[in-house]
Amino acid sequence: MGKLKTIARRSFIIGSAAIVGGVAFGVYRYKTPYANPLLNDLSEGEAALTAYVKIDASGITLITPRADSGQGAYSVQAILIAEELDVELDQINVDPGMPDKAYYNTALGADGAPFAPTDDSFAANTTRTVMDSLMKFMGMQITGGSTTVPDSYEKLRAAGAVARETLKMAAAEKTGIAVSDLTTKAGKVITPDGTEIRYEDLAAIAATLKPVEDVTLRDPSTWRILGKQHQRFDTVAKSTGTQAYGIDFRREGMVHAMVRTNPRRGGEMISFDDTEAKAMRGVQKVLPITGGIAVVADNTWRAIQAANAVEIEWGTAPYPAEMDGHWQALSDSFNEDQQDSRQRDDGDVVAAMDGADVIEAEYRAPYLAHAPLEPISAVVEVSEGRVDVWTGTQIPRFVQTNVSKLTGVDFDDVHVHVLMMGGSFGHRLEDRVVKEAAEIAMQMPGVPVKLTYSREEDMAHNDTRQIAMARGRGTVKNGQVETMDLGIAMPSVVASQMGRQGLSLPGPDMQIVAGAWEQPLSIPNYRITGYRAPELAPISSWRSVGASTNGFFHDVFLDELIHAAGADQMEERLRLCWHVPSRKVLEKIAKMSNWGAPLAPNKGRGVGFCMSFGVAVAEVVEVTNTDDGIKLDKVWVAAEVGKVVDPNMFENMVQGGVNWALGHAIMSEITYSDGMTEQENFDTFESLRMYQSPNIEVAGLENGDHVRGMGEPMVPPAAAALSNAIFAATGQRIREMPMNKFIDFV
Amino acid sequence: MKITVNGTQHDIDVEPDMPLLWVLRDELGITGPKYGCGIAQCGACTVHINGEAVKSCQVAAEDIDGEVVTIEGLGTPDAMHAVQSAWVEHQVAQCGYCQSGQMMTAAAFVLETPAPTDDEIDEAMSSNLCRCGTYPRIRAAVKTAAKNLSEA
Repeated sequence: MGKLKTIARRSFIIGSAAIVGGVAFGVYRYKTPYANPLLNDLSEGEAALTAYVKIDASGITLITPRADSGQGAYSVQAILIAEELDVELDQINVDPGMPDKAYYNTALGADGAPFAPTDDSFAANTTRTVMDSLMKFMGMQITGGSTTVPDSYEKLRAAGAVARETLKMAAAEKTGIAVSDLTTKAGKVITPDGTEIRYEDLAAIAATLKPVEDVTLRDPSTWRILGKQHQRFDTVAKSTGTQAYGIDFRREGMVHAMVRTNPRRGGEMISFDDTEAKAMRGVQKVLPITGGIAVVADNTWRAIQAANAVEIEWGTAPYPAEMDGHWQALSDSFNEDQQDSRQRDDGDVVAAMDGADVIEAEYRAPYLAHAPLEPISAVVEVSEGRVDVWTGTQIPRFVQTNVSKLTGVDFDDVHVHVLMMGGSFGHRLEDRVVKEAAEIAMQMPGVPVKLTYSREEDMAHNDTRQIAMARGRGTVKNGQVETMDLGIAMPSVVASQMGRQGLSLPGPDMQIVAGAWEQPLSIPNYRITGYRAPELAPISSWRSVGASTNGFFHDVFLDELIHAAGADQMEERLRLCWHVPSRKVLEKIAKMSNWGAPLAPNKGRGVGFCMSFGVAVAEVVEVTNTDDGIKLDKVWVAAEVGKVVDPNMFENMVQGGVNWALGHAIMSEITYSDGMTEQENFDTFESLRMYQSPNIEVAGLENGDHVRGMGEPMVPPAAAALSNAIFAATGQRIREMPMNKFIDFV
Repeated sequence: MKITVNGTQHDIDVEPDMPLLWVLRDELGITGPKYGCGIAQCGACTVHINGEAVKSCQVAAEDIDGEVVTIEGLGTPDAMHAVQSAWVEHQVAQCGYCQSGQMMTAAAFVLETPAPTDDEIDEAMSSNLCRCGTYPRIRAAVKTAAKNLSEA
């Protein structure tokens, strides 16, 4: 525990502040052990304390700044604080708090650095540190990139420990008993004679003390809460219909709005006729917004009906109107001029393929909608010198900035209240709905305006998953994979997404090759090249981002090479894998699935492996080739995460993510025709249903040195394992998603 | 017109074709039933009318022909229905947005089918979408609910 021993003093400065009737503890400045010139420029505001633990007479509140879109982030963050604070989970309130740059996400920066997560060299760690600081400077309080756990793992425990030790100091002052004779349990400081003093009753004294800075984080063997199974804070509310989501938010005097903007994304509005809409019951106004119109009514349904009744002529799209044009743009991108990165170039792929029998294959993955079941919504109220925003968002600081710019109200006077999200999967990393609601609210000062997208508008304006294409060439020799040369072409997700925030991306976009270039394999001749396709339709981060397509490309092509070599799929992957924790994942999945055991007729199994977000995940899918099509029988998953914070949440998350990945791989796509998405709702954008959901057995491994998040890494290997299983069962190789274009499913 | 929701009668003044879902959510402030698609594809809006599970986005106000029960009327945090208790026991929810509808479908189903097989559960529950993919837990929770109800 040497590393943890001094962490509070070395890496975090933790402060306390008096609040009305109590005290707040928090991290207010981040320092790294490396000399870093960027840190010399900290402004006063950035040194301000922001609380993780607030205690006053009314109780103990843990502030959980990472947003909860269903992944249990609030509960995970609370578990980390409570472990060290010595409170029980049923004694505390959880509050996402208000956005603040002190909540910037350090782990997300680390993942953007061009070093493989298996690279622990000084250079890699130093660069991650610089990226961390950049993240802080950009004030990125972002929930994304499976970073909630890695970002919070030490920081929140340290905050809990500092609060606990300072409360003990307060008790010492109150009782005259030495701190070393005091203990804590269940929200109380306990004296040697058994007298219990509630934290709440110590808050006022604690607020006057300089907080303890040198704390030792507890040894994992003593953990009471962390690593154990708990009931999530939201389980009862979500099981009784009492959980309020963004779409349920109401304010006195609130009006309901619906917008329509050009379904040819980014195209202009040429003209509109709102005569019919204005005459409809409950309609108050039809207002102009950027690129379209808004209807304001007294009810959501009336707003949707009236908006649909506005006749609008739309301009053309700034990207190819038909899919052929999109695929052609990708196909044309495999050239030197558009080469974006070649971070993996081992051996000599060119020499190895000279005169050899070369195995070649091309792969495709479509645009996909995020389509969380809760359509996006936002409530904005513009009043004198102040704006309030209530919405479910993963990027509250960007929302605050953008609303400030739009309304001209000072940044500090824009108040963003983050509400519970009915799913996101990356959808709420965009904030168009808030900007549009703000545009309407600016035209109706003093009136709270709720903008709710219809499902159709949500799907038409979804910034989708990237479209992507890959070309593989390889050779095998003496029953082994000898050469793998994979080129991947896609538009830059990061450039599209950051571009909408007015930011640009320097250097290569590592998402173009994520889930491929950093795989821990020692293939003698091994090259991964990213090609940047031109910007096409707007794209954004979709659960697992680049790896969602590349995990499929890389691992199906590897499967093809191993098949050509005549080797066993599991044994050859193990032979090629040099990274010990990843090898243990493969060994575990082989054991769980009893790999190699004889299968009944018409059954087939495929293995998929992908390291993404630093998490090595292996999955085995078993299918049966029935008269009605392919049936998914069973899936096994093993993942290396360093530490499973809550095994119950972990299992649910992994099972759901596997279903997410398989469902989209089988049946889902967004396509453009006449510049508009052809899918408008869940009848055409199909989604996995219960009868298609296999049994899924999950194992979380804790062999690695790094604690990782599990929101996304189960996604990339699933489609590969499915395609590989279908090949094993039928001999048909499926190189494109959705797979139901090529084979029937039950 | 008058409608009865969770045992309370309400006077509503709406267009005859306004879907029950929006009557509940925007006119009566009953937000347990959720809007997900508006076209009977996702089931998030499922309520009971005369004990039968129906998609409230497809029932026009003028066609409401019986007592409406929403998730709020099925049970409360202090007095949960067997289906809700099973949902808590199995910690089914992730984002939870679909779960009100899932539970309303399940509650009607387990009354008709006290000892359901996996296939029967899959068939009954496949009209409700869960984008988080919690199907393995929904399946387990339906079984638990059916067992607890039949033993009660």
